[in-house]
Amino acid sequence: MRTSLFITCYNDTLYPETGRAVVRLLERLGVDLDFHPKQTCCGQMHANTGFHGEAFSQAKRFIRLYQDAETVVVPSSSCVAMIRDQYPGLVAELGNEELRQQFEALVPRVYELSEFLIDRLGVEDVGAYFPHRVTYHASCHGVRALHLGNRPWQLMAKVRGLDLVPLNNLDRCCGFGGTFSVKNAEVSSAMLAVKLQDVIATGAEYCTALDNSCLMHLGGAMHREYVGMKTIHLAQILASTEDCPAEATL
Amino acid sequence: MSRIAPDLVNLDPRTAPPFPQAALPMLRNPQLRKNVAHAINVIQAKRANLVAEKTDWQELRSSAAAIRTLALENLGTYLEQFEANCSAAGGTVHWAADAAEARQIILALLRQENASEVIKIKTMTSAEIQLNPFLEAAGIHAYETDLAEIILQLGEGEPSHIVVPALHVNRSQVREIFARRMGLKDLSDDPQALTNAARHYLRQKFLTIPTAISGANFLCAETGSVSVVESEGNGRMCLTLPRTMITLAGIEKVLPRFQDLEVMLQLLARSATGERMNPYTSLWTGVTPGDGPQRFHVVLLDNGRSSILSKPKQRQTLKCIRCAACMNACPVYRQTGGHAYGSVYPGPIGAILTPQLMQMQHAQSLPYASSLCGACYEVCPVKINIPEVLIELRAQVTDIERKTLSRFFDPMYLGLRIANLIFARAWAFHLAQRFGRIGLGLFTHKDGWIHSLPSVGGKWTQTRDLRGLPEQNFHEWWAARRKEEK
Repeated sequence: MRTSLFITCYNDTLYPETGRAVVRLLERLGVDLDFHPKQTCCGQMHANTGFHGEAFSQAKRFIRLYQDAETVVVPSSSCVAMIRDQYPGLVAELGNEELRQQFEALVPRVYELSEFLIDRLGVEDVGAYFPHRVTYHASCHGVRALHLGNRPWQLMAKVRGLDLVPLNNLDRCCGFGGTFSVKNAEVSSAMLAVKLQDVIATGAEYCTALDNSCLMHLGGAMHREYVGMKTIHLAQILASTEDCPAEATL
Repeated sequence: MSRIAPDLVNLDPRTAPPFPQAALPMLRNPQLRKNVAHAINVIQAKRANLVAEKTDWQELRSSAAAIRTLALENLGTYLEQFEANCSAAGGTVHWAADAAEARQIILALLRQENASEVIKIKTMTSAEIQLNPFLEAAGIHAYETDLAEIILQLGEGEPSHIVVPALHVNRSQVREIFARRMGLKDLSDDPQALTNAARHYLRQKFLTIPTAISGANFLCAETGSVSVVESEGNGRMCLTLPRTMITLAGIEKVLPRFQDLEVMLQLLARSATGERMNPYTSLWTGVTPGDGPQRFHVVLLDNGRSSILSKPKQRQTLKCIRCAACMNACPVYRQTGGHAYGSVYPGPIGAILTPQLMQMQHAQSLPYASSLCGACYEVCPVKINIPEVLIELRAQVTDIERKTLSRFFDPMYLGLRIANLIFARAWAFHLAQRFGRIGLGLFTHKDGWIHSLPSVGGKWTQTRDLRGLPEQNFHEWWAARRKEEK
């Protein structure tokens, strides 16, 4: 199966280890992975900040770029939510019938990583080994926009060695919210502080999620507050094996 | 005691400071945040239990959304139907285009009654039109009779929630206010003692003041009935004892059929207070000789609502039945409480309703007072997609602001415009990544992390570190790997 990886702009720039893990994981599962060199951004940041016109052009670009892809896999729940929930409105507003048809044809083929593994590949056990104490933060877009439901737990349950610690208020927002984190920095920080308390209370070594944006927020506070815990994208846990453990992160 | 200084609370959207600034005193008040979190946790837990026991909760939500949509799409028809049926039953319907007109209508009605005092059932709509201060200036004192409203009125506070307006005030603060204003030096903070004090205070008002003002939870077009739901019974007193009742209702409150209440009341009580049924559901139609008020007026208030109705994407805002489930679920409201929103309508619904009622001329910071986490949409009993409306309003605010000179050079506006140019071309994106690596490299410490950044970045680094950019980004790794393979 030919699958195109949309890595997302911030994973490409800030978290290449997540991208490498997705490649290792999916190739191990026999997926023929492709990477479109012209990819940039889905337009979420612009759309959510109110830059409609800019979001239009990025949505258009994304749809055109991936119209021939058999399937597209995206290791970021909020970017998939942007494509699924906001593109229809943008496309309708543009009033371009050809683009609308391209989009309608494309959108069922766009998968978030855990959706791709469970729904498309039909695997729960990806052969991973990660002997650590981990807690999982259910990112807002994954829970409430994509309705990922049990998928992350189905995957984590099959990771050998993984000691999963439940997180209190696990679906409460960490306060990132894209530009919200700087436009309303004080409120965002207050939300982060209460989230961090719940995360620290788990006593885990790692906090994982399906969205590096939440993890950038949580990880930034952990480093600032000298918390002895690290963040790691779930793709990196799933890619990790006995022979080839997860790459060391900062 | 940590009461919020009154000068820090301004609920007039035309003059209130922007949300990020208004939130600061709230964030710095640990007692207030504790009170808010505690009250919300109690309501949330009750709601969660009662929603879980309804196996048809999602179907109920869909029905409610359909009923409210039907009402809004034929609003003119249903309002006229309500007017005809209410009038036929002996009520008088008045139409107010804006707050000023509503205030004048109510004042004129009170003058007809020679009223110098009036008792009130809790109504956020009257707070929206700033009725109490207006009546006070005209020589008419309005007595609030809802327990929370009494606390706020006597304590000279402002509402911070639309269902439990004094949620930010705790028991010992209530004791202090009652003791001071009712002259009860030895009052304890036992809930029973506080309730008794309020009851004693209220009974005198109920028995001596013959004119009352209420809001409305629902208007029923089919029958011309008005419904008010409440928990204390004080509303019921106001609805039965006085000679004259004046009801102020937003035009969006109308329901097509009487049977629609069956759906609405199930959802409202569970969503608002976490109860299967609210303790007092009052429902009346015009006047009944020998029973209850003999003169009955309804003031239908537009005040910006028909302008919201005219915009298809935003119309869903008017589906709201004021249950406040969205504010209870909101992680932003949880931190700031209601006063930061600078409006009598706080929380997620306030963040979309207030700027629209202000025709986007004020409260422009409110659409940004959300992390777009979607918790509000998830709990909304009438399925208002609040994040969708927030994003739409942000687009409108941005369209207004980006034309101004100060915003043109604002670092975030500038950054987003440049980012758009960059994202349009992969080579520009890759070049920007390289420049970014060099630029951020200047701020990156030996440990590989950035602790402090200038400008907008400083807003991030005031509480958070940022990992420095990696030596090799993903697409470079991919390209290098492909090369090796060949």
